[in-house]
Amino acid sequence: MASTTTTVHGAGPFAGSRSFISRLRESDEIVRLITFLFAASVVLVTILLVYELWIGSALPRHKFGFHFFVTSVWDPIFDQFGALPFIYGTLVTAGVALFLAVPLGIGAAIFLAELAPATVSDTLEFFIDLLAAVPSVIYGLLGVFIVIPMMREYIQPALKKSLGFLPLFQGPAYGVGFLTAGIVLAIMVIPYIISVSREVLLSVPRDQREAALGLGSTRWESTWKVVVPFARTGIMGSIFLALARALGETMAVTMVVGNTPTISASLFAPGYSIAAVIANEFTEATGDLYLQSLIELGLVLFLLTFILNGLARLLIVATSQRGSGIQT
Amino acid sequence: MTARLRWRKFVSGFMLTMTGICAIVAVAVLFFILGYLVYHGGASISWNFFTKLPAPVGESGGGMANAIVGSAKLLLLAALIGVPIGFLGAIYLAEFSGSTVAFVVRYAADLLNGVPSIVIGIFAYSLAVLPFKHFSTLAGGLALGVMMIPITLRSTEEFLRAVPRALREGAMALGASKSKTIATVIVPAAYRGILTAILLAFARVAGETAPLLFTAFGSRFWSPGWNQPTASLPVMIFTYAIAPYEDWHRQAWAAGLVLLGLILVINILARAILSRGIAVPRS
Repeated sequence: MASTTTTVHGAGPFAGSRSFISRLRESDEIVRLITFLFAASVVLVTILLVYELWIGSALPRHKFGFHFFVTSVWDPIFDQFGALPFIYGTLVTAGVALFLAVPLGIGAAIFLAELAPATVSDTLEFFIDLLAAVPSVIYGLLGVFIVIPMMREYIQPALKKSLGFLPLFQGPAYGVGFLTAGIVLAIMVIPYIISVSREVLLSVPRDQREAALGLGSTRWESTWKVVVPFARTGIMGSIFLALARALGETMAVTMVVGNTPTISASLFAPGYSIAAVIANEFTEATGDLYLQSLIELGLVLFLLTFILNGLARLLIVATSQRGSGIQT
Repeated sequence: MTARLRWRKFVSGFMLTMTGICAIVAVAVLFFILGYLVYHGGASISWNFFTKLPAPVGESGGGMANAIVGSAKLLLLAALIGVPIGFLGAIYLAEFSGSTVAFVVRYAADLLNGVPSIVIGIFAYSLAVLPFKHFSTLAGGLALGVMMIPITLRSTEEFLRAVPRALREGAMALGASKSKTIATVIVPAAYRGILTAILLAFARVAGETAPLLFTAFGSRFWSPGWNQPTASLPVMIFTYAIAPYEDWHRQAWAAGLVLLGLILVINILARAILSRGIAVPRS
């Protein structure tokens, strides 16, 4: 190979350049192939993930079928596995989290996008991004040592006194439970709601605001009746994104939810979540059926977040395209 | 009419103030977390924390040296998996691929990015723990590496795409091959963004706990090898925080401070690299 090159170089510019170019093409092809393999491996890993979850949960899928989702007995000794308490706990904690996080997150996003000067907005957004980077185990740590005592001593008794007639706020105040997990989750997902909603609100064309103001609306009216409706689908997307996060969140929930597989109307009651039961019992799972039931829970979690993330992305893309031109 | 106008103005002012309060509350949480960690963790952090093994149960003292080394090993493995796949895959997406392949790869990456970390843990468990019948550092690194792939891939691709067309065309016009253009023009032009992407992915997985619980597992001693379980900082924080010992709680706070400090520093550094002058004003 080396000898051919030298002779070609000697042979003259035209002959040389032709083989030189074809050699370059070859190296391009090699680079193309190598990078393709790496890109394809991403797809491969994803397919493998789904495959492993599906194969790994074959036993309980065949044995329990749909009953897995609607029965609430979780008894490793008698090999009875029903996921209902975990599904319930996951949905309730995520629901509480969204109930608290959505108004706060959207409010903050409106402030950052509509009101704050660019420098203030960017600085606050920087802090919000840092907040999103705090690992969940740190939230769990603060949950264990700050939120739980605070709930037990102050918030739960106060709620009981004022809203105790509702079934939601009854029963003993343990500190741990659905409500506590929901609050910690809310704190964790607020940054996601703020970041995405802010971005979406910023992509709303300027003339929409100016038209509303020109018609005599106040600043708030132009924001609430024109800008926010314009960005509605994107904001919904940010909420779905936050919901997916909240459903899949493991550590913080495990540390504060109480880890008791019960279904209770009261938010004060200790509960469990899908991710938490996997985290707690996976290493101790004896027997194939037990382990595979946990893997099936993982599959459920995967499917839930898969659907939500897909919806979220669709909504966000739809909004940014409507306000195209300003979107980064 | 004026009363109505006054009311509308009042509502406007009131609601806008409320949004400001929302923003302040959201940001205040960060400072609260930082303050609390510094307050509690700072008091219990010591030289021993970095150099000693965990003390036997019931004795006070000791440190988390093995967990710090364990985390470093796990992150190294994660980077070995996540960075090449993410980086080279992104080059394919941005420079070579047709739209169908790009769509599929991007879709897979987004899907992977949204998978809850505990499910990634199950995946690494079935791939690297179940066949060998024991927990290992390698399995933990695999789990974290898989998590790094989509983050690195997607943001690297975006930075590569942001390189102006004129630069590519200039290089091509000078007769450079495509691979030469990528290596000497496009990647250098985007290196700052790529470095940021990798650092952010690194920071993201550094704090991950859930996928390590049943891959790298945990240990109270030095890990004897790459195919043996190892301690890691996030898992140590978890086990120490839910344990009933006062001394362990103090150590958990210290570990939390170290971990969060590391992650925030990487984050700030990454952003500083990307946008010199905003995050670190040079005097």
